[in-house]
Amino acid sequence: MSTSLQAVREIVTASSSGQAALLQVLLAVQDSSPENYVSEEAVNEIAHLLGVSRSRVYSTASFYSVISLKPRGRHIVRVCINAPCENAGKQAVLIALEQELGVSLGGTTADGRFTLEGVSCLGACYMSPAIKIDNRLYGDLTPEAAVAIIRSYGEEDTIEHTA
Amino acid sequence: MSTPHDSANSVFRLGLFRDFPTLMHYRDFGGYQALANALSGSPEAVIGEIGAAGLRGRGGAAFPTAAKLQMVRDNPPGVRYVICNADEGEPGTFKDRFIMTHIPFQLLEGMAIAAYAVGAAQGFIYIRHEYPEAQETMRRAIAAARAAGLLGADILGSGFSFDIEIFSGAGSYLCGEETALLSSIEGKKGRPRLKPPYPTQCGLWGKPTLINNVETLANIPPIVDRGSAWYRALGTADSHGTKLISLSGDVVRRGLYEVPFGTTFREIIYDYGGGLKQGRLKAVNIGGASGVVVPPWELDCPLEYDACGQRGITIGSGAVFVMDDSRSVLENVRNRIDFFLHESCGKCTPCREGLRQAGRIIHKTLAGEAVLADIDNLERYTRTMQNAAFCGLGQAAGNSLISSLKYFRDDYEAMCRDQNQAAPKEATA
Repeated sequence: MSTSLQAVREIVTASSSGQAALLQVLLAVQDSSPENYVSEEAVNEIAHLLGVSRSRVYSTASFYSVISLKPRGRHIVRVCINAPCENAGKQAVLIALEQELGVSLGGTTADGRFTLEGVSCLGACYMSPAIKIDNRLYGDLTPEAAVAIIRSYGEEDTIEHTA
Repeated sequence: MSTPHDSANSVFRLGLFRDFPTLMHYRDFGGYQALANALSGSPEAVIGEIGAAGLRGRGGAAFPTAAKLQMVRDNPPGVRYVICNADEGEPGTFKDRFIMTHIPFQLLEGMAIAAYAVGAAQGFIYIRHEYPEAQETMRRAIAAARAAGLLGADILGSGFSFDIEIFSGAGSYLCGEETALLSSIEGKKGRPRLKPPYPTQCGLWGKPTLINNVETLANIPPIVDRGSAWYRALGTADSHGTKLISLSGDVVRRGLYEVPFGTTFREIIYDYGGGLKQGRLKAVNIGGASGVVVPPWELDCPLEYDACGQRGITIGSGAVFVMDDSRSVLENVRNRIDFFLHESCGKCTPCREGLRQAGRIIHKTLAGEAVLADIDNLERYTRTMQNAAFCGLGQAAGNSLISSLKYFRDDYEAMCRDQNQAAPKEATA
């Protein structure tokens, strides 16, 4: 399920900043999507409502690594791949995450719960290796700790689901 | 953050590190006195004080801040903007995130003073997407400052009006380049523009625009409050004030440190960072991914613009990343080249193709498949990037590589498959 067109309209209407709208609208539309992406229908609606061409919207959307034009998982797991984290053991953490989730970097789990991505620097080099899950930062990780964190998300999801 | 030197000599308002720093708490520490001082005087007086303090941009380029303020001020009357560049994406750097999450009001106060100096009514803080907590803290701080009459219309009853909006980045390192940042706010791809015209004349939507780094703007209130003489006394004859250092890697105490200019890199690593966790020091990367890789014997260089410049050391954003002797300098450089290849916008050929070729040769070297001629080519491609790339990203992308070739060439050559073998045709072409 992607963002409803009604939601896109509400986001565009709410972005009263006018000129500085397109990138912020794309981010807001993506955030409102349960599958963490900007759908083709949403692109069409954004172009229509902001009065810009579809190619302009695609041009901006495809440039930025945070914006996805393909469906992703409910939770985005971002692993920092830069030198400080790499030196501190990022590779072992990444392998453990790939095994736990059953996907490689860039993949989404079959149940649609997690997408695993690499990210350039989380600004957490003082607690490398670090990952971010949605908006939460986790540092000083070992492979075991990273797996435990993923499992805790799994439990939260299940609780939400059955509640 | 910790400071071995006296907190009275700190530019950053210590004692404010809480879950959410309140405006009241900031004011208890003397916050917003500088804005009141500034508003009771002339914009020229503010620029004069910052100029006398000798403040230089803390984002990496080290451009004199007062000169930039004056350039924006000198434009014909009309709309102008103040933009805080909080797109801190330099691997190894985390100072701006710290300022935003712990002392947000110091940044807002600095922006308001800068806006008064240049005559701007609107400001933006461009915060990278990877810092949602910093975006949230800044939003709350802006709302609190607005409610207290420290942002918005008629600030402190002075008749001066200035407001700030948060703008989120979307995962592009290049948007830290000032003209790419402007394109991004305008809703376009974050690609750099040709300079001149400089943003100080033709910036956001074609209007004169002041763009400064978070740390630079946060330096302004203490200068206006305590005076340029106090500020100059903190540093050295050449470099004034203090610098935030993001220390990471194989040291005992990784973290953010405020150090006075003149402190040596050896002191930063051993006195502030507690030395190495294990092993011996192999190399230090100074200035982030676009910085340089130096051997231990360069560490007695003081943190000073001139002294560092003479040795080819770039202070950059203030990142110091330490590697012990179990680390491979080549692997480290490979990681940085891969990073820049991913972040290059592809607009200019030297950056786009130069990084691709540099990456190919480093991977080949690490696989033990390179010959000596490849290393010469690696140096040649990188020099071309430094000299001919369109923007700062491409020009600086090879800094770690060139410096590693200068100091650690033996490490490269030792990885070549046959020291005596002639270069194959492909590598010499």
